[in-house]
Formats: sequence, structure tokens, C-alpha cells
Amino acid sequence: MLNLENVQAGYGNILALKNVSLNIQEGEIITLIGANGAGKSTTLMTISGVVTCRSGKILFQDKEIQKKSSDDIVKMGICQVPEGRHIFPQLTVKENLDMGAFLRNDKAEIKKDMDYVFSLFPILAERRNQDGGTLSGGEQQMLAMSRALMARPQLLLLDEPSMGLAPLVIKQIFEIIKQINKENNTTIFLVEQNANQALHIADRGYVIENGEITLTGPAKDLLSNQEVQKAYLGI
Amino acid sequence: MDYFIELFCSGLSRGAIYALIALGYTMVYGIIGLINFAHGEIYMIGAFTSFIVATVLSILGFPLLAIVALSGVAAAVWASAYGYTIEKIAYKPLRHAPRLSPLISAIGMSIFLQNYVLLAQTSDFLPFPELIPDFEFMEPIAHIVGSSDIVIFITTAVVMAVLTYVIKFTRIGKAMRATAQDRTMAMLVGINVNNIISATFIIGSALAAIGGLLIASHIGQINFYIGFLAGIKAFTAAVLGGIGSIPGAVLGSFILGLTESFATGYVSSDYEDVFAFSLLVLILLFKPSGLLGKAETQKV
Ligand SMILES: Nc1ncnc2c1ncn2[C@@H]1O[C@H](COP(=O)(O)OP(=O)(O)OP(=O)(O)O)[C@@H](O)[C@H]1O
Ligand SMILES: [Mg+2]
Repeated sequence: MLNLENVQAGYGNILALKNVSLNIQEGEIITLIGANGAGKSTTLMTISGVVTCRSGKILFQDKEIQKKSSDDIVKMGICQVPEGRHIFPQLTVKENLDMGAFLRNDKAEIKKDMDYVFSLFPILAERRNQDGGTLSGGEQQMLAMSRALMARPQLLLLDEPSMGLAPLVIKQIFEIIKQINKENNTTIFLVEQNANQALHIADRGYVIENGEITLTGPAKDLLSNQEVQKAYLGI
Repeated sequence: MDYFIELFCSGLSRGAIYALIALGYTMVYGIIGLINFAHGEIYMIGAFTSFIVATVLSILGFPLLAIVALSGVAAAVWASAYGYTIEKIAYKPLRHAPRLSPLISAIGMSIFLQNYVLLAQTSDFLPFPELIPDFEFMEPIAHIVGSSDIVIFITTAVVMAVLTYVIKFTRIGKAMRATAQDRTMAMLVGINVNNIISATFIIGSALAAIGGLLIASHIGQINFYIGFLAGIKAFTAAVLGGIGSIPGAVLGSFILGLTESFATGYVSSDYEDVFAFSLLVLILLFKPSGLLGKAETQKV
């Protein structure tokens, strides 16, 4: 469904992605793990068209998208929950969700999806008229994921959804990621520091170091890989 | 007491004009964090466009109402075209440059437009046709408040109401607010940020052009330089109210208009600018982000 072939990208004269190739099949949960500054967020931003792809190819459903604008990429069905959540602080919870459905006009279906995300996260229904900026960190993460779901993505990019959350909330967020993947057959590309949890729900994983993919394989194999254990699992 | 009311009314209409221009500054700042110093020139171009269209139409013998409407529309459209083009030429290529670069580009654009109008038109003051007549029903209070003050005030109120509606409830308005609050996220939900920035310049320019028409008809003459002082004043008003805040720009404009009007009336017109800028300094001393502005928060 998504293929990155020798992708290079960066900021100014910093080359953050030196050579990234990976592929994701429909219906999979794929995780990308790596240390701080390895290039995980840059990978997602390049897929989303926010950071320019300098060379290489990005194929989504066999179409090249590396030159497309970010709004066209959303139109094709790729949505991202960025690192740090990026809730619109002065829009209400309801308005934040409306923004998620910005490119849709099927009112009735949008309403249905809003009910669906409210059923996933009942707290958001309670807070629907509150400004997004006043929510707690966990609530903001729930809102950020819900906002992405409002676009009915085929591929959902998640950047460190567990960052800064209490263990119980992390567990809940991971449960919901699995649920979204099963119920809607949404393909998930999950970036995580929390390698242990991520590898437990993923089908396959990639390891990125200094802008290059250094290791890949089924999640089970990565969990038992000695280098991964030492570097990312703290074993 | 009559004198007080007279000053108050002329202060309000002055404030209304400032507000029409200040909105453009504050909206553009809200979206791309740039002080568009060429905005005063947009207002000046609006005044010139309405001058040309109104003069031609009155020679052709159009009725007054049609002249006002058509020259207003022409000014808004033409000025918007300038606003749109300025953004594309002078600011868009510098979007990722250091903050100072677009600022300098804006000052350059302002000087360029002044000189362009100077060369294309004239350096003399042009007599502007009186588009707003003295209404008969205003006769009894005409010594206190002029017809054009009333027209300016009502026009501005209507324009503000429409703008508020657009920003609060329409799709493009929501997209503008989202883009102002978090541009990266706006891109990630599928908003075409370039279009939103263009729309902001177009709306701001149209408002300034309407201001240009109203003030030119009120004062009765225009030249290529009127945008400079009006621009500085409206910018002051926007900063006073809190740059980036739309209600702030309106509030700041009325405070500035009233201050100037009273200063002129009770002290001397020589001191109106002194009062205006002293007020700015005073308010910024106590509230650096302006009356309704938010203190800059670090985005994560
Ligand atoms: N906006 C930017 N401007 C300049 N350099 C940047 C920018 N964003 C990231 N970088 C650099 O690019 C490299 C990769 O950053 P990236 O954010 O992709 O890392 P990451 O793997 O997501 O790290 P983390 O786990 O800390 O989120 C880093 O060296 C970083 O300093
Ligand atoms: Mg990151």
C-alpha cells in the first residue's frame, strides 16, 4: 500500500533522512523505532508532504506521491497524528473534530463518525464545547487520534501517541490502535519511543538510525533480537 | 456638550476607518506572522481606483448610488488583486527565510507602490468627488454629526458583522482560524494553506479599499502618499488592541480614533499624533501584548 524507495529529506543543509526504504501492506500495523533525532518524525512528515522529499520515491497505492501537496495526500487517504498532538488550541473539541473532516462533505456520514469517536472516547463528548487547548495531555491525544479518524483514513500515521502519558492511558491508547486497525481495516504506521509496547501490537517493525533503516523484520523477531533489546528495550 | 458629542462622533468615524485598515494588518499577522507594511498602499490604491471609476461614471451621468456602489466594488476588486499579487511576489518566496527578510521586502513593496502611483498618476492632490451627500433628514443635527460620519460608521459596522460571520461560521473562516493557530496541523488535515493565505490578503485588501473610498470622499482629496500615515495609524491601532486579534484591532482603532479626535478638539491638531503614539507607548508599557492580545506562547 505504501512504499518508500531510497527517500532523502531534510531541513536546510541538514539531511535528516539519508536513505529510507520501507513498505507497508494493507491492513498491517507497522512500527518504526529509533533513538531521539533518528529521523522518525521526518519520515512521517515527508510521507505527508510537509517536508519535501529531495530524492527517491514514495508510492501510495502504486501512485507516486512525493511531489504532491499535503492536502492532496490527505485527499488520497493518508492522515497523520503528529508528535505533540497539535490540537488547535482556540477551537473547541467539536471544531477540532470538524477540521479533521475538512475535506469531506457527506454530512450524515460525518455525524456517524463523530458518534463513533465519541464512543471510543466518551470523555471527548463531555468536553465537546471546551477549547482544545484546555484539555489534559491524555485527552488531547485522544482528540488528536479522533480528529485523524474523522478523515476516514486508509493509512493512519501515528507519531509517538504514548508520549507523556500515564501507563494506564498508554494501555488504553494502544488498545484503541488495535481496535481501529481491526474494525475499520485501517493500516497503521506507528512511530514509537516505547518500543516494547509498539512491537507487541505490530506485525512488523523497522529500526531507523541516523536517517537510515538498519534493521527490519517481524515484530516478534525484533523483540528477541539482541541489539534491539540492548538499544531500545533496555534489557 | 454639543462639542463633546461632535468630537465623539468624528472620533468614531475616524476609528471606523482605522478599523477597516487595521483588520488587514492583524489578519495577515495572525496567519503568517508578518507585518505587511505595504498594506497602507493597498488602501491608497483603493482610494485611487474609486476616484477613477467614480469620476468616469459621473461624467457618464450615472446616479449617485450606482457610482458609490460600482466604485466601491471596483476598488475592492482591484485592491484585492494587488494584495494577492504582493503576497505571491514579495512574501511567498521568503516564507522560510529569516523573519527580517519578508519585513524588508514589505517595506520595499510599500515604497515601490507609492512611487509607482506617483509616476502613473500624479504627485498633486486630486479633488475627490463628493460621493456621500448631506442627507436632508440629518439637517437638525448636522452641526454635530456629519452625514458622511454616519455613512462611514454604518458601512463599517455592516462590514464587521459580515466578516465576523465569515470567520466564525464558514468553511473558509474555520480554515483561516485553524491555519493561524497551527499551520503544520492545518496542512495535515488537508487545508490548502497557500489558498488560505491568499484569501487573507484578498479579504484584508478589500476592507482597506472600502476604507480608502470612504475616507477619500470624506476628506475630499487624495494623493499617492495618503497610505503611509493611514497605514502607520492603523498599524498602531492593531498593535494597541493586540496584533493578531480581530476584536483587538477594532477596539484599538476606536480608542485611537477617539483619542485623536479629542486631542484635536480640546488641545490642538498639532498634537494629535503625539497623543496617539503616547497612548500606544503607555498601553504597551502595561500590557506588552496589547489590550486583547495573547502573550506569545511557545508552540510545541
Ligand atoms: N524543523 C527542523 N529544522 C531543522 N532540523 C530539524 C527540524 N526538525 C528536525 N530536525 C533535525 O532532523 C533530525 C531528525 O529529526 P526527527 O524529528 O525526525 O527525529 P525523531 O526520530 O522524530 O526524534 P524524536 O524521537 O526526538 O522525536 C534531527 O537531527 C533534528 O535535529
Ligand atoms: Mg519525533
